[in-house]
Amino acid sequence: MITNNFFGRKRPEPTRPVPPGQYLEDGFPVLSAGPTPKVDTATWDFSIEIGGAEIGTWSWDQLNALPQTDIHTDIHCVTKWSKQDTDWRGVTIDALLEDAGVEPPTGFVMAGCDGGYTTNVPAADVLDGKALLAHTYDNEPLAPEHGGPVRLFIPHLYLWKSAKWIRSLTFMDQDVPGFWERYGYHMYGDPWREQRYSND
Amino acid sequence: MNIDPVREWQIATVTSVNDESPRVKLFKLDLANETKFRAGQYFDIRLTAPDGYQAQRSYSVTSSPEDSNSIELAIELIADGEVSAYFHEIVKPDDQIELRGPIGGHFTLSPNFTKPVLLVAGGSGIAPIISMLRHRRSSTRIAPTVLMFSVRTEADALFAQELEDMAQENPNLHIIIALTRSESETPDSKQRETRRIDRSMIDSAITKLAEQPARAYVCGGTDFVESIGNHLLDIGLAYHDIRTERFGP
Ligand SMILES: Cc1cc2nc3c(=O)[nH]c(=O)nc-3n(C[C@H](O)[C@H](O)[C@H](O)COP(=O)(O)OP(=O)(O)OC[C@H]3O[C@@H](n4cnc5c(N)ncnc54)[C@H](O)[C@@H]3O)c2cc1C
Repeated sequence: MITNNFFGRKRPEPTRPVPPGQYLEDGFPVLSAGPTPKVDTATWDFSIEIGGAEIGTWSWDQLNALPQTDIHTDIHCVTKWSKQDTDWRGVTIDALLEDAGVEPPTGFVMAGCDGGYTTNVPAADVLDGKALLAHTYDNEPLAPEHGGPVRLFIPHLYLWKSAKWIRSLTFMDQDVPGFWERYGYHMYGDPWREQRYSND
Repeated sequence: MNIDPVREWQIATVTSVNDESPRVKLFKLDLANETKFRAGQYFDIRLTAPDGYQAQRSYSVTSSPEDSNSIELAIELIADGEVSAYFHEIVKPDDQIELRGPIGGHFTLSPNFTKPVLLVAGGSGIAPIISMLRHRRSSTRIAPTVLMFSVRTEADALFAQELEDMAQENPNLHIIIALTRSESETPDSKQRETRRIDRSMIDSAITKLAEQPARAYVCGGTDFVESIGNHLLDIGLAYHDIRTERFGP
């Protein structure tokens, strides 16, 4: 349906196309289901569980001592904004698995966070350099309201999959819905296929 | 867990447009399909230009879920806002608007939740909260509730008369309207404060509940929600008992 008398605002030409239904945003909006939790890097740790067994735990210092990876990319939030040319630094999930000396798992993974937030993705989507535990945004420590000290970062999916205040990854055989997925958000969340809600 | 069937895009017809404050207009929309929603949920609106360009934004429903054939939205005019300006400057009764929903499910409150509740709204952040209060008004179960509502001036206090009427008829509902840019130092009503919502205002507000709120709902701009969320964590509310909706920068 063409909307009566709507022509859209003069919009800056995006450097690259944006996914369907998205618009370019210069700022960095904040969307979270609860308040910003108070996370102390002195007591923060991060763990990975595979098949019911914990295979590794990392403190803040241990995380920072691992090889660091930079990602320059566009990000897409399900609430319709996209932001181009953002810079992130962190540790790939591959580097953590390598550090623990385990083979890359298959199946699915659930992210767990301070505050109880969860989100699910296929294991393959956090491997092969596709995802970071990100602690630096635009060369600055990641701000608490954006998920600092550490958030999961999976830029090829809508941002709700990039769980803020990450504390654990639990690899599992079955795909199980996380927090927003139980409220009807898409199990996968590919912005290019506009997979916002469960039946998209 | 509740799963909200997110519906297909539907075409709604605008039935009325009213100024509620200098910056906020109320829009009543008749839905093509009967659409059940819960108080606190929102709809996505999609505008399409002749060249195919589309703009989508989310708006919370302000009306009570008892009416599932129409919804009311409260839209604040944002400077240089693409969609809010379209609504403020172009939309008139009988226009058609494409939308889908309801969406969201965490920021919802059922009248069956009878434990003490703290509601905190900043500006147009009252939108999902007035829906909750309207729904509760029709219910026989009345849980102790405090609403703290932050606005710039008296003229910006959306739904003020209705909120006062609700508080008048329901001794279990207390409202505090915080005027952040009031001219006068002293409030002219006992339901008014003339400063930003701070820790001490929250402390004294929740004494009206007799016990700690079992749940808090906070809605407004990002800075507002961040600041109130921090206060609520400081006073000892559990993280998962604080539900938030952030409208924008
Ligand atoms: C779940 C949800 C529910 C919402 N419910 C409501 C509602 O009930 N009523 C309502 O009025 N809005 C609501 N919003 C905000 C709404 O979706 C739009 O973001 C808002 O109307 C601005 O859109 P726009 O196209 O007019 O401005 P845009 O063209 O998107 O933005 C123009 C400029 O204004 C800035 N901006 C965007 N939003 C705001 C803001 N809220 N305050 C200040 N500056 C801003 C942008 O960064 C940009 O620089 C809700 C948002 C969400 C995520």
